[in-house]
Amino acid sequence: MHGTRILEEADRLMTVCNSCRYCEGLCAVFPAMEMRRAFSDGDLNYFANLCHGCGACYTDCQFSPPHEFNVNVPQTLAIARADSYAAYAWPRAFAGLFARNGLSISIIAALSVAAFIFGFAALHDRQVLFGVHTGPGAFYKLMPHNAMASLFGAAFLYAIVALLMGVRAFWRDIGEPIGMLADPPSIWQAIKDAGQLRYLDGGGVGCVNEDERPSDLRKIYHHLTFYGFGLCFASTSVATAYHYFWGREAPYPWWDLPVVLGTLGGIGLLIGPAGLLAEKWKRDPALVDQPRMGMDVAFIVMLFMTSLTGLALLVLRETAAMGALLALHLGVVFSLFITMPYGKFVHGIYRFVALVRYARERRMMAGHPV
Amino acid sequence: MADLSVDLSRKFDVLVIGGGNAALCAAISARRAGASVLVLEGAPKFYRGGNTRHTRNMRCAHDAATDILTGPYTEQEFWEDLQRVTDGETDEELARHMIAESKDILGWIVEQGVRWQPSLGGTLSLGRTNSFFLGGGRAMLNALYLTAEKLGVDILYDAEVLGLDIDNGMFLSATLKQNGADVTVRAATLVAAAGGFEANIEWLKQYWGDAADNFLIRGTPYNRGSILKMLLDRGVQDVGDPTQCHAVAIDARAPKFDGGIITRHDSVVFGIVVNKHAARFYDEGEDIWPKRYAIWGRLVAAQPDQIAYIMFDASVRNSFMPTLFPPIEAPTIAELAGKFELDPAALEKTVAEFNAAVRPGTFDHTILDDCRTEGLTPPKTHWARKIETPPYYAYPVRPGITFTYLGTRVNRQARMLMKDGRPAANMFAAGEIMAGNVLGKGYAAGIGMTIGSVFGRIAGREAAQNARN
Repeated sequence: MHGTRILEEADRLMTVCNSCRYCEGLCAVFPAMEMRRAFSDGDLNYFANLCHGCGACYTDCQFSPPHEFNVNVPQTLAIARADSYAAYAWPRAFAGLFARNGLSISIIAALSVAAFIFGFAALHDRQVLFGVHTGPGAFYKLMPHNAMASLFGAAFLYAIVALLMGVRAFWRDIGEPIGMLADPPSIWQAIKDAGQLRYLDGGGVGCVNEDERPSDLRKIYHHLTFYGFGLCFASTSVATAYHYFWGREAPYPWWDLPVVLGTLGGIGLLIGPAGLLAEKWKRDPALVDQPRMGMDVAFIVMLFMTSLTGLALLVLRETAAMGALLALHLGVVFSLFITMPYGKFVHGIYRFVALVRYARERRMMAGHPV
Repeated sequence: MADLSVDLSRKFDVLVIGGGNAALCAAISARRAGASVLVLEGAPKFYRGGNTRHTRNMRCAHDAATDILTGPYTEQEFWEDLQRVTDGETDEELARHMIAESKDILGWIVEQGVRWQPSLGGTLSLGRTNSFFLGGGRAMLNALYLTAEKLGVDILYDAEVLGLDIDNGMFLSATLKQNGADVTVRAATLVAAAGGFEANIEWLKQYWGDAADNFLIRGTPYNRGSILKMLLDRGVQDVGDPTQCHAVAIDARAPKFDGGIITRHDSVVFGIVVNKHAARFYDEGEDIWPKRYAIWGRLVAAQPDQIAYIMFDASVRNSFMPTLFPPIEAPTIAELAGKFELDPAALEKTVAEFNAAVRPGTFDHTILDDCRTEGLTPPKTHWARKIETPPYYAYPVRPGITFTYLGTRVNRQARMLMKDGRPAANMFAAGEIMAGNVLGKGYAAGIGMTIGSVFGRIAGREAAQNARN
C-alpha cells in the first residue's frame, strides 16, 4: 500500500513497465526501475523526480490510452512529482503554497513589487524618486547598497536553507544516508547529465510535445532559460565582487562584465521562458498535471519578468523612469528569491539530486566501489 | 480520423493494404523508387501498425559485431537456426534470399528513422543475433510513419478494405468505406501487407474447433484475415499449414486481445507445468528458454480446456523477470491446488513424484545444466530442482496466439503466385500474410520482423518498378 492514490497508480504502471522494458533506452527512469522488483513510496518519488517529462514513453507505449492497460507514465509521474514538492516543503506550514501555486506566487510577487514602490515613495521625495540619476552609485540614491545587499542576501540565504531542508526530506524519503550525497564521481555525472539535459530528448530524437513528432524545442528553450538565469546570476555575483573588493559601484558601462553577462543572460531569459510557455500551451493535455499548470506558468512568468524588468532598467536607467523600474525589478527579484523553495524552481534541485542517486546506482551496478 | 486531403479519385502507382512494419517498408521503398503510394490502414490511428506495435526486435545476419550487437551472426548460422526451428519446413530459396537481404536491412531501417539499442534487460541471450528497437515496436512504427509522411506517402486510417477487384491475377481496384460511403481506389499495383487471421476466432475454429474459444490473441484485434481470404478466393496460391502459428503460453488473466509482451511468462524452466488434471505433460527443461518459449502455446492448446499451470516455489521466485500478473501464492501445495480448482491430492502426488525423481546437480539456467530427473515421464532434462520451499506459486496460462502462418505464396520478388503457379501480374505480398513461405512451423525470436522489413522493402521496390512498366 502506498501513501497516495497517485503513488498506487505509479506502482501499477511500474509493474507493467517492468514486465515490458521496451522503454529502457529512452531515459534514466526505466533503467532505475529495472534495478527493483517492488517499489516503495520513496522509490516512486525518486522515479517521479528523475523523469524529465520528455513524453517519449507515452507515444512509444503500445499500452498508452485508449488501450485498456491505460499506461501514462509522464502524466502520472508529473502528478507524483508535484505532490512530492509539497511533501518536502520546509517549513511544513508552507506546503500549502503548492496547492494553488500560480495564485500564491502572483500575490507574493504583487506584494513584493508594491512594497518596493511604497518603500521608495515613503523614503524619498518626488525629486529623488522621479529624478534622473547617472554615474556610479545612481541606484543607491534610491536604496542604499548595504540595505539592498542585506535584504537580498537574507532572502537568498533563506531560500538556500529552505531548499536544503527540502533536499534533506527528499533524500530521507528515497532512503539514502545523507553522506551518500558527497560522492564526487556521481555528482560530476549528475552535473553533466543536468547541464546537457541528457534525458530531455526522448532517447535521442527530441521531446514529444503536442503530437508524436519529436522536437528539440523544449530542450533549446530550457537551455536558454537555465543558462540565461546562470548568466544573470553571474552578473550579480561579479557586480557584488566589484562593489566590495574593488569599490566600483553600479551602474556599470555597457561593455563591462556585469552588464554584458546580464544582457546576454537577460536575452536568454526572455526567449527561453517565452518559448517554454508557448510549448507548454501546445502540449498534449494527456502528458501534463493539468490542475497544477499554474505552478509552471508562474515560475516561467517570474523568470521572464525578472529579465524584462532588468533589461528595461538597463535601457532606461538614465531617465526619470529609473526609480520606478528599479522598484519593479527589485520587487520581482525579491519575490523570485523568497518563493524559490515554494514553486517550480525546486524541480531543478530535486531532479539534480535524483540524477546524483541514479549515477550512484549505475556505478554500484557496474561494480565500482562507492 | 480520416485524412480528407487524400484525393482518392486519382490512380495510384502502388496501393499498400496494411499499416505495420511490412506495409510501411513497402510504402517507403516504393515512394523512394518514385511511385505514388497510398497506404490503407484498417485500424484507427492509435492502433495503427498491427502486431508491429507489440514487437521489439529483428533478427538480421551480420558479419561483425556492431554498436548494439555483441558478435557476428553469419548468413549460414541464421539459415541453420531457421532450418532447426522449422524442422526444415521452409522454402530454402526464399529463406536464403531473405537472410542475405537482412544484412542490408540493419542499415536501411536506420535510414528510415528507426533507432536500435542493445538487447533489453532480461533478453541477454539475444544480444548477438537480434537488434532491438529503441523504445520498442511502436517507436519503430512512429519513425516509419514519420518518414513515410515526409516522403509524401498518403495514409488513411480506419480504412478497412471491403473488396478487391482482381481479374485473372491482375489487381484493378479496392473498395473501402470512408466516412460512411463506399469508395473505390484504383492503383497500378497492390502490396498486400495486412497480416494473418489470428484475430478471427471463427476462422481459427475451422481448424481448432471449440478449443479456439480458449485462445488469447496477443496482438491486434484487427488482423482478421479478410485480405488474405479475398486473395485466396481470387486464385492466389496459398502456402502454409493453417493450424500453424506463433503461439506462446501467456497468463490466463490476460485480455482476449492486445495484451502484448507483458502477459508472457518466462518461468517454465524454473518449475513444472501441469494441466487441469494436475499432471505434467512435457519436458520443461528441454532446451534454453529462448529456443523453446514459442512451443508452449501449442502444448497448452493441446491440453484439456486449453489451460495449464506453471508451478514453482519460493527458491526461484525472483529468478525470472517480474510479471504483470503476480503469481498465485499458497503456503502448501494442496492449498495452491485449491486456488485453481485442481485436485489437491493429484497435485501433491505430481510434485512428490517429481521431487523424488530429481537428481543432484549444479544449477545454471544459462546453460544446459546437469539438474535432471530420472525415471520420470515426461522427464525434466535440465534445471530440475525439488519444489519444496514454501510458499508455493503458480501462474495459470493459456495459448496466446501471436500470428498465423497460412498465407499467400510469393517468389523472390515478393510477387504473389497464382494457383496455377504463374506470377501475379501486379500483386505483391509482405509480412505475416506471406510468412508461411519462410516459416512452415516453429519460430525464432525476431524473424517475423525480418520477414516484414525484407519482403516489405522488396515488394515496394518491385511494385514501383511494375507500375512504371
